This record gives sequence, C-alpha cells and structure tokens, in this order.
Amino acid sequence: MEVLEAHAASEYKYGWSSDIETDTLPPGLNEDVVRFISAKKDEPEWLLDYRLEAYRVWREMVEPKWVNVDYEPVDFNAISYYAAPKEKPKLNSLDEVDPELIATFNKLGIPLEEQKILSGVAVDAVIDSVSVTTTYKERLAEVGIIFCSFSEAVKEHPELVRKYMGTVIPTKDNFYAALNNAVFSDGSFVYIPKGVRCPMELSTYFRINAINTGQFERTLIIAEEGSYVSYLEGCTAPKRDENQLHAAIVELVAHKDAEIKYSTVQNWYPGDKNGKGGIYNFVTKRGLCEGENSKISWTQVETGSAITWKYPSCVLKGDNSVGEFYSVAVTNNLQQADTGTKMIHIGKNTRSTIISKGISAGKSQNTYRGLVKVLPKAENARNFSQCDSLLMGDKCGAHTFPYLEVDNKSAQIEHEATTSKIGEDQLFYLKQRGLSEEDALNTIVNGFCKDVFAVLPMEFAAEAKKLLAISLENSVG
Amino acid sequence: MLSIKNLHSQVEETPILKGINLDIKPGEVHAIMGPNGSGKSTLASVLAGREEYEVTDGSVDFLGEDLLELDVDERAQNGLFLAFQYPIEIPGVTNATFLRSSINAIRKANGLDELNGAQALKLIREKMAAVEMDPSFLKRSLNEGFSGGEKKRNEMLQMMLLEPKLAILDETDSGLDIDALQVVAKAVNSMRDANRSFLVVTHYQRLLDHIVPDFVHVLYQGRIVRSGDKSLALELEKRGYDWIKEEVDAQTA
Repeated sequence: MEVLEAHAASEYKYGWSSDIETDTLPPGLNEDVVRFISAKKDEPEWLLDYRLEAYRVWREMVEPKWVNVDYEPVDFNAISYYAAPKEKPKLNSLDEVDPELIATFNKLGIPLEEQKILSGVAVDAVIDSVSVTTTYKERLAEVGIIFCSFSEAVKEHPELVRKYMGTVIPTKDNFYAALNNAVFSDGSFVYIPKGVRCPMELSTYFRINAINTGQFERTLIIAEEGSYVSYLEGCTAPKRDENQLHAAIVELVAHKDAEIKYSTVQNWYPGDKNGKGGIYNFVTKRGLCEGENSKISWTQVETGSAITWKYPSCVLKGDNSVGEFYSVAVTNNLQQADTGTKMIHIGKNTRSTIISKGISAGKSQNTYRGLVKVLPKAENARNFSQCDSLLMGDKCGAHTFPYLEVDNKSAQIEHEATTSKIGEDQLFYLKQRGLSEEDALNTIVNGFCKDVFAVLPMEFAAEAKKLLAISLENSVG
Repeated sequence: MLSIKNLHSQVEETPILKGINLDIKPGEVHAIMGPNGSGKSTLASVLAGREEYEVTDGSVDFLGEDLLELDVDERAQNGLFLAFQYPIEIPGVTNATFLRSSINAIRKANGLDELNGAQALKLIREKMAAVEMDPSFLKRSLNEGFSGGEKKRNEMLQMMLLEPKLAILDETDSGLDIDALQVVAKAVNSMRDANRSFLVVTHYQRLLDHIVPDFVHVLYQGRIVRSGDKSLALELEKRGYDWIKEEVDAQTA
C-alpha cells in the first residue's frame, strides 16, 4: 500500500513539474491546484498535507449565511489561486501616477518617497526598500526577534511554524479559514523570544514589505514568556487591488506574562458610489492568551472594503489573562460591515474589554456582532462592553448583536450601547464658531472615536483620523 | 454694521418674521424684547444662518456684505457670533481642542497666523479667569454634563476669545442665577467698544440692569412694534407685554 501511495504522489509531482514554470494558474480550485501552490513554494511534505486536509475540509463546508451582509455569491471556481507576485509596470515619476491617488496620498500626509514606493515608481538607491528592510532586520536580529515572510519562516524556522500554525484557528473553524489553509499565498511571521521587548513598532517595514502578499494572507505572531510586541498591520494608503475576495488568517500566541498589541488600519477599495468593484474582506483573526497574565489587544480602524466580515477574538486561557478589542468601523455609500469580537474566558480572573464604534453614512449598513463567553471554570471573569453607533443621514443602518454565554456565576459582565445621529444642531454649533462643514464633521467623528484613537500608536492615530475624514467626505449635506 | 430690511422668514411654511427693519451701528447695544413666540430667537437664528429658517423676503447687510448669501461658517468668520440659548453638547471633543480649533478657524479666515497649542492655552486660561470658569473645564467634553450656568459661561468664554464684531445673545440670561447673570454682563461690558456691537435678545428686563442698552425694541408677531431707549424696558417690566399687544391688535383689527 505504502509503495502505491508513494508512487501516486510522485506521479503527481512529475505531472506538475512541467507546469511549474508558469506564473499564473487558470481559475478554479481542486487538489491539483493546492499541490501546485505548495510545489511552487517548495514546501515540505507536512505543509502540503496540511493544505490538502484543509481543502478536503473546505469542500464539505458551506458559506456562512448568518452574516448581516448581502452580496452576490462568490464563484470560487472563477478565482485564480496562484499568481506569482506581479512585476507592476515601473513608472518613471509620480507624474505618471493616477492624480486621484496622489491627491489621497497628500491628504494622508504620506512622504513623497514613500508615495513613490506605494504607487510603483522606481525608487532611487538611497531609500531602496530592500536596504531599509535589511537595517530593520539587523536591529531585530540582535535581540533574537524573527520577523520575515511566512514563506521564509516555513523554510528557515519550520519547527516554529509547524508547532504553532493552526493551533489558534483550526482548519475546521470556518469556511474562509479552511479556504485560506488550503491556498494561502504569503504573509508575515513574527517570533519574540523570552523576555524580549520588541524595540520598535513593527510597522514601517511592513508597510513597504507587504504590498504584494496576495489575497490569502496569513500571519502568525508568537510572543514567548515575558515578551512584548506591537504590530501594525495594513497601510493607510489606498490599496488598489483586482482581487475581489480576501480571506486572511491572523493567529497570535501570547505565553506567560507576554503582551501582543495588534493594530490594523484597513483601507481597501470599498467600491464606487454604486457599490461596484469593492473588495470582500472575510478574515479570521484570533489570539490565544496561552499563559498566565498574558495580554492580547486588538485595535482596528476599518474604513475600506465593500464587505467586511471580521471578528478579531481572544481566547483567554491563561489565568489572569487580558483581552481587549477597540474598533472603529466606518461604512459609507453601499459598504457593509459585520464586525466585532469574541472574548472566550477559560482561565480564572480573566478580563476583557470591548469598545466598538460604528459609523454609518450614505446607504451603508454597519453591524456590531460580539460574543462574550465565560466557561464553567473561569472564576471571576470580567467583561466590559461598549458599543456605540453613529448615524449620518437617514438612509444608513446600524445594528448591534451582543451575544452572552455565561456558565460561571461569579462572572461580572457589563454592556452599554448607544445609537446617535450626527445632529444638525451639532454641525450648526461648530460652524457658528467658524469651523467649515468638513472640519465640523471631523471634529464630531473624532470625538466619537476618541476612546479607540487613544489606544492606537500615535503616528497611526494621526493617519487614522485623516483616513476617516477622507472616507466621510461629502457624506453630509 | 448690520442693516436688516423688511426681513421675512418662515419655518416649515409657517411665517414667523413678517418684515423686520433694524439698523445697528458700530458700538451700539440693542436689546430685543417681546413675549414668548414673538420671533426673537428666530431672528437670532436667521442672522446666524440656521437652515430650517427660510428667508422669504427682505435683505440683511453685514459690514457691507449680503449676509444671507454667506454660509454659517463664513458669517462667523466675518465676525458674527451667536451665544446659544441652549449650547450643544459634543461628546469626546475636549473644550480645549474645540476652543483652539475655533480660534484658529476664525484667525485663518482673517489672514492671521494660527495659534500654537501653548499660545492658545495661555489665551484661553486668561479669559477663563474673566468668566470665573475653573481650568478643569478645559479637559471636559464640550458642554457635556455642564450645568445651565456653566454652559452659558462657556458661551461667554467663546465670545471673549473670538472677539466678534457683532455678538448676538439669544436669551443668554434664561435660567441663570444672579451670579452667572453678572458674569454674562461683565463679559459683555468688558467687550463694549466703539467698533463692536451687541444684539441682546431677552424676555426679561433683569439682564438690562447689568447690560445697559442704547436701544430697546419690542418684537411682537414677527414685527418690531415699538422702539425706544432703556426706559422702554423698564416700562415693560412694570406693565408687562399685554398693553403693547392690545395696542397692536387694536391697530391691526
């Protein structure tokens, strides 16, 4: 039997070897596609098996229908699951870049050199991104931190990847996670050794590095005992992308006394005013507070994507561990967001905080969906949730679905929710004091989001504010 | 300074102002009095540019410009200030942030350099002392949880910081105890000068004991039915509004 299987497998390998030269797969998904991706990346056997298992699981699953969003069904056979990172046509100067894109860069205050990198203009040697990357890497390596692409980690640190991958988000977790497990393209890997405090926000590097990670990203961050890392995901620059479906996975593991702070600013293309062409963002993010006194904090500012389906969660397994979720989700025009968090209290004295701010404008729909679950052994669990919605105009919607499952009587759970409308009175008052309509609106919105902006790293917060202003331009009046 | 001619205004098809004529010269303090529902607050709102109030006829000239053509923020930038009867609460926006944005918006529009954080704070603290406000109000959200008196002090603080050319006080005295009333009066009196004018809208003459007006107008059924000096206010206090109503009603009957 074994011989037969080996033979079958090898035949496969050969069967595909000739095609390995090609750079893009035709649309469609089957086992061969999964094998192709794995072979293309020169992956070890165990990872191929992992992908194949995920593919089989995925085939048996159905797309979730409970989400409060409405969209044309995705044809999973119309997607091409492998494309080598495309060489974007190199432009010679910013004059060749779409002026609308440049205008947005300028509003965001992105430095000129960085604008060039983001829009694919050839960059001169001085700020060559590769050398920047190398500098960062050296500084990090000095303290033993590993920060590299996921593919690189598979090659260089297979034991770590194998040990942790899928331990927080198992393949069977959900439809999109299973799909990602089968066909993930690339992503990031971070390992912080015991007792090390990461000397910088892992941000600038990422911003430049992660432009072409593809539509099935996956990220794995491991913080060993007593370590700390602040990780910034995403890019505040507008991301033009032809991939309509994005199904990412982010797994975090915090050991004893470790802390991971994960901040996201997501500004993917939301589609035009009629809702055409936007990105579907179906992402699974989860952190495991494995050890005692560990802490995981999610902060997100979501202004992009046509459809967002995202619940960064914390599994509070270690005693005294802490989970936090701070979120600003903005929807405008025909955008739909169904986002929130899950806080799973397993250990004793575990605490969680949820602060969610939803802003709806235009004809958009904005849903908060959150679960606080307290397991029988989680003595003295605490949760505080606050979910506020702000409506701009009368054609948009805000919805709140807080779920509570408490199986331990010592738990203390607090939930507060408000819905308010940006009042003509408020705008009139600020304008009477000399503020333009736009500034008045931004002032009100920033006030509403203050609790979340306060926990974002400072530079990120400034960009997030600008981003909000851009997303909500012309949404009143 | 301000010249209102035959001003008509309505809210949702209901006419409220029915031909207001009023001239305010630089340095003058005018008081508008009148019974409830006479259109006093409507006049203040129309001048500030509130959208719900539709102007159906007439004109308003403010410092040589057609006021009715300007947006709310442009009117403010040109030097028109409205002290609100019911100041609005804005959660999450600190008083300090708001005051600085406002000062700088007006400065910028008038071609002045914007104040940096330290400069603005110094100025704000100075004026806060004048209206007897505790500095702790700087860190609080704009008007949120302020008492009635605290809100009105905050309005006066804004007036002093923005140094308008024309300040309209819309029933600023309503609901104030005597201490707060005196703070309001002190703020106005300290700013009176030959180039600045005030339009004080009030139901009671009480405020006018402290802010002595040059002219008093009585508004009734959307028109100014009587104008005079300070003594008119005193007469109204003694006799109430009924005699004026009767006289006007007799004329129109």
